[in-house]
Amino acid sequence: MTDTRWTHDGYEMVVGLEVHVELATKTKLFSASPNRFGDEPNTNIDPVTLGLPGALPVLNKYAVELAMRIGLALNCTVQPCTFARKNYFYPDMPTSYQISQYEDPLNVDGWLDLPDGSRVGIERAHMEQDAGKSTHVGGGEGRVHGAEHSLIDLNRAGVPLVEIVSRPDIRSPEQARAYVNELRAILLAIGASDAKMEEGSMRVDANVSVRRPGAELGTRCEIKNVNSVRSVGRAIEYEAKRQILMLEAGESIRQQTRHWDEGDGRTHTLRDKEDADDYRYFLEPDLVPVAPSAEWIEEVRASLPVLPAVRRARLAEAAGLAADSEAVGAIIDRGQDDYAFTVQAAGGDIGRAVVHMKEAFAEMGAEPTLPAADLAGLTTLEIEGKLTATQAKTVLGELIERGGGDAAAVAAEKGFEAMDTSELESMVDDAIAAQPDAWEKFRGGEAKAMGALVGHIMKASRGQADGKLVTQILNARK
Amino acid sequence: MPPFSTASEIAARVRSGDLKAVDVLEQHLARIDARETEIHAFNLVIADAARQQAGAVDAIVAAGGDPGPLAGVPVALKDNMCTRGVPTTCSSKILAGWKPPYDGTVVSLLQRAGAVAIGKTNLDEFAMGSSTENSAFGPTRNPLDTDLVPGGSSGGSAAAVAAGFAPLSFGSDTGGSIRQPAALCGVVGVKPTYGRVSRYGLVAFASSLDQIGPFTHTVADAALALQVVCGHDPHDSTSIAEPLPDYSALLERGVEGLRVGRITDLPAGADPDVAERIEQAFDALAAAGATIVDVEVPAFTYGLTAYYIIAPAEASSNLARYDGVRYGLRVDAPDTHAMYSATRAAGFGDEVKRRILLGTYALSAGYYDAYYGKALRIRRLMADDFAKAYAQADVLLTPSSPSVAFPFGSKTADPFAMYLCDTYTIPANLTGEPGMSVPFGTGQNDLPVGVQVLAPALGEPVMLQVAAELERAATNLAVGSAS
Repeated sequence: MTDTRWTHDGYEMVVGLEVHVELATKTKLFSASPNRFGDEPNTNIDPVTLGLPGALPVLNKYAVELAMRIGLALNCTVQPCTFARKNYFYPDMPTSYQISQYEDPLNVDGWLDLPDGSRVGIERAHMEQDAGKSTHVGGGEGRVHGAEHSLIDLNRAGVPLVEIVSRPDIRSPEQARAYVNELRAILLAIGASDAKMEEGSMRVDANVSVRRPGAELGTRCEIKNVNSVRSVGRAIEYEAKRQILMLEAGESIRQQTRHWDEGDGRTHTLRDKEDADDYRYFLEPDLVPVAPSAEWIEEVRASLPVLPAVRRARLAEAAGLAADSEAVGAIIDRGQDDYAFTVQAAGGDIGRAVVHMKEAFAEMGAEPTLPAADLAGLTTLEIEGKLTATQAKTVLGELIERGGGDAAAVAAEKGFEAMDTSELESMVDDAIAAQPDAWEKFRGGEAKAMGALVGHIMKASRGQADGKLVTQILNARK
Repeated sequence: MPPFSTASEIAARVRSGDLKAVDVLEQHLARIDARETEIHAFNLVIADAARQQAGAVDAIVAAGGDPGPLAGVPVALKDNMCTRGVPTTCSSKILAGWKPPYDGTVVSLLQRAGAVAIGKTNLDEFAMGSSTENSAFGPTRNPLDTDLVPGGSSGGSAAAVAAGFAPLSFGSDTGGSIRQPAALCGVVGVKPTYGRVSRYGLVAFASSLDQIGPFTHTVADAALALQVVCGHDPHDSTSIAEPLPDYSALLERGVEGLRVGRITDLPAGADPDVAERIEQAFDALAAAGATIVDVEVPAFTYGLTAYYIIAPAEASSNLARYDGVRYGLRVDAPDTHAMYSATRAAGFGDEVKRRILLGTYALSAGYYDAYYGKALRIRRLMADDFAKAYAQADVLLTPSSPSVAFPFGSKTADPFAMYLCDTYTIPANLTGEPGMSVPFGTGQNDLPVGVQVLAPALGEPVMLQVAAELERAATNLAVGSAS
């Protein structure tokens, strides 16, 4: 594991994330109204959604299945569970209580392994219903204070959510971002959610505290309104530094809920703990306990796809790259790993294929338009030294444009022929003669100085020289 | 036998074409015209809609079809049962004018069975009370003596049957709200097993206790009504999926060989006239061949206490939706929270506010374990104690109400005195087991006494069997005070 631990003035941050994800069901958690984003306000409603007197919730079985998929993908134990009412008044909560899981959540005690090798514990992943959406109009800059009136859209009310609560195992902004990215990749892979932070189908709250390493946990603050992966990192870094400043100034941290402001890059007090609602949880009497059978759990487990971490490890090993390398990450995110293995099966070099795909296939989905055999042919030419990396890139661009073809033929069309070593040797001579200072520095052990020499050769060869070979020659002469 | 036609008679004659549903309806509307001003059983009479429905029933018969087992039977619905397009108020100002966009399951089932809904009956606001004095629209009077309460909270439904306004009505029973008014009005009232009748469309008071049930003149009518409204409903997650028995099958069988339990540690408090009739009921069943067995139900005594924690706790949550945001009353105020307060302060009556406060307190952080948690433990104890009793007895007999009908205002000053009305009925709500009240002679001032028959979960057939025997025995009782 790479140590990405963040420290500041001798403090470390202790972070746990609560991630809400909307499940990709057709209907709501407790009624038959569509679960669909972007429709006309207040069209996906019914007596249950509206909280009309006499209406009763009926649990969506497919939502339970998707919630189980999440739990199983996060190595949780799936257990018999109950629903509770969380009571509070808010205009976009039609019943004035949220049906959530409190004492007995569906999924408990799992973990999520991150690409850097670190592991973040999962305390629980429970089901609950979403609230509606309030829009505050006229003054107040979209906040309720100062607004003239508020509009309520209940299309989102009752949409199924799973709240994934991590243990406070996160120690750096990078790790927090990696956690969110990895979680998102898993959610997409298992089809549980479209996990779009910008549409709010994935929402992150961060619990942040700081301490001297090894000391007791500090008082935490909960940060709300973190709406992108980037702001996850920014918000917790800001918040940790704020807490450290306060502690260094001799002040103590009050347990608060704070609001992340993307504009000014700060967190602001929403409410103190003593002002928090008493939610008066009790078992939801309109629903019955849910006890997924062992058969059902195993059926769901068996239906899970291979998870991103496993696919990443497989691809990294085959390609000879690190599991947390950018190229491997990008290809897994796009679901192009099967394609990469097809290139290998067609006799190509998967390492070179992955390197090319990272850039050239960025706009493509899981099924790239270029026949795998053609990319295989290209990597073979490269491995055999018949094309330099730069030439190969050009040929690949051409192949993609044409929708496929023979790499050797394209290379010939372009007039690409590999330079032989003697030609390169003489170019190295020229470079040394032209850049005597750089050469001396390079010989003196300044590796950086090599850049000037290689640059000279590349320029002279109009990019056709094989960089790797040039480096070898330079090192040999040193 | 009652002075009014029974639902069974009406349905049989309408189905055979011997009687027209529209004529049945007009006869009942005429009785309503004659006495409703005095009694105030209804919040709303829907005569025109009822005439249409009755006409439709007759048309089916004329076309050679069968409108169903309740063909042409006028039915009155407690005003906490949602009826599409028809105001459903719960006798509360906070819901005044609200028209549900949907029919509750029971309402749909009744319509499909050929019944003719004639109106929405008065109740204690949100079904909280035992006298119907807590209605925001004024009390209902007992048709047997209009100086007296009809009981509650389903007082309007009980009075509607007792006054001959309808041979069949429906109420809801959360702690005795069907059985107690049935006793006070001298009619039959049944609280079925929790989950046997769908709660979809019943405005919730306390969701884990509420159950819809019928008021009728006879036990046979009650069986007929249960046959229509009982059954599994996918819209109610607490609904029971067990197949339905034939509720009328055992009515004529008698009680030979049945074990009837007498609870030896039953809480005291029943008036002597009531207690004496209960003794006669045991005697009558023994005479008919039943064995009377003594059983103990130690937790019975704690029922009232547990109930007044659990029911208000659930109510505090169920009634939180009346916030002025979406429907019903809204009292404008400068901000949202002030609007909530103003709306709820103006919209709810005192008893409702009292229970919301009680329930909110009982669920609060720091008090939950001492109150709500303990009440839930009593509820479990209660279930265990009844299970032991039902191992020894097929049914249990108690008074339905500690007293006969009482005068207006006699208990309103002391909420706890009013709560004691439900002493004998509450345990069946806590356990979810069925119970019913059947008239058995009269007590003080010739007022009816109700005997409560309790049975284990899904034991409606044996409960009705015993009630039918008591009904037969009651016709042999001396008229007048049991002394």
